Amino acid sequence: MSAPARPDSVAALERLLAALKGRGIVTDEELAARQASTDAASPETGARMVARAWLDPEYRALLLGDGKAAAEAMGVSMAGAPPLGVLEDTPARHHLVVCTLCSCYPRAVLGYPPHWYKSFAYRARAVREPRAVLAEWGTALPDSVDVRVVDSTADYRWMVLPLRPAGTDGWSEDRLAAIVTRDALVGAALPQAPQGAARGAAGA
Amino acid sequence: MTPPAEGTSAAAADPPGQPAPAAPRFPPGARVRVRDDWPERRGPCHIRTPHYLRGRVGAVERALGRFPNPEDLAFARPAPERTLYHVLFPQPPLFAEGRPGDDVLVEIFEHWLEPADTATTEQAA
Repeated sequence: MSAPARPDSVAALERLLAALKGRGIVTDEELAARQASTDAASPETGARMVARAWLDPEYRALLLGDGKAAAEAMGVSMAGAPPLGVLEDTPARHHLVVCTLCSCYPRAVLGYPPHWYKSFAYRARAVREPRAVLAEWGTALPDSVDVRVVDSTADYRWMVLPLRPAGTDGWSEDRLAAIVTRDALVGAALPQAPQGAARGAAGA
Repeated sequence: MTPPAEGTSAAAADPPGQPAPAAPRFPPGARVRVRDDWPERRGPCHIRTPHYLRGRVGAVERALGRFPNPEDLAFARPAPERTLYHVLFPQPPLFAEGRPGDDVLVEIFEHWLEPADTATTEQAA
């Protein structure tokens, strides 16, 4: 999707970095630390946060009240990151996250957004016909569930705390985290217990 | 791309020299209308209010805090902090389709909102 960097833009970046370093605004160490945390960010972090929230009511309360603190409690560096809001699915409400203006995404806990999240089609359709979008991806929501589309337009970043699926009683945190997919963390899919376990909401 | 000089922003909404109030103007539940304003037609600007909500009525869910105004930040101007709200809009009226009960929750800055129902606002204030 992105074209290779042109030599003139690489040169411009090098001049900018030299100017910032020359004025003491950034250091090589800070740049390396930021590069490392960006590289380390992945949806596995968000999945671990969800699994822990399913098992630990205290952590669940922290996650819903202060997403940034909940991420830091998992060892994620949130310095300089935007506030993280967490949207709690219930048996009566499903959340779907979109950024209709650009591609705002909770990168600190989910990593890079998938290409579809940045596509014009998703950004236009998610806000207008979320049920059709979800159905095309294999999630047909029952009429008893309201859909709340969260358009991420400004200074927060949003992730979804989905419902814990039925058929996962007694599962460990690791096992639960493994069924929380990247797409489920923005509401584009639902966590599924494998092997024909009853589909739907069990609650935590 | 040449940014406009200070004070020539197409998006400038407030009279100069009038600081934005620090306390949230709208309580949770207040009915608000998104300003039916199109600064992009007047010149260069950077705004975080989606087209599909201009002129639409919603309800304040809650205030999310205060953040530097992105309309100034984008042009490297001094950016006063503004209150940001989560505002909830019923989905079907936005696009004249959809399922009743579905809705859209959006971050909107205070200077883009006006009271939609005077009685409600006064009662809540």
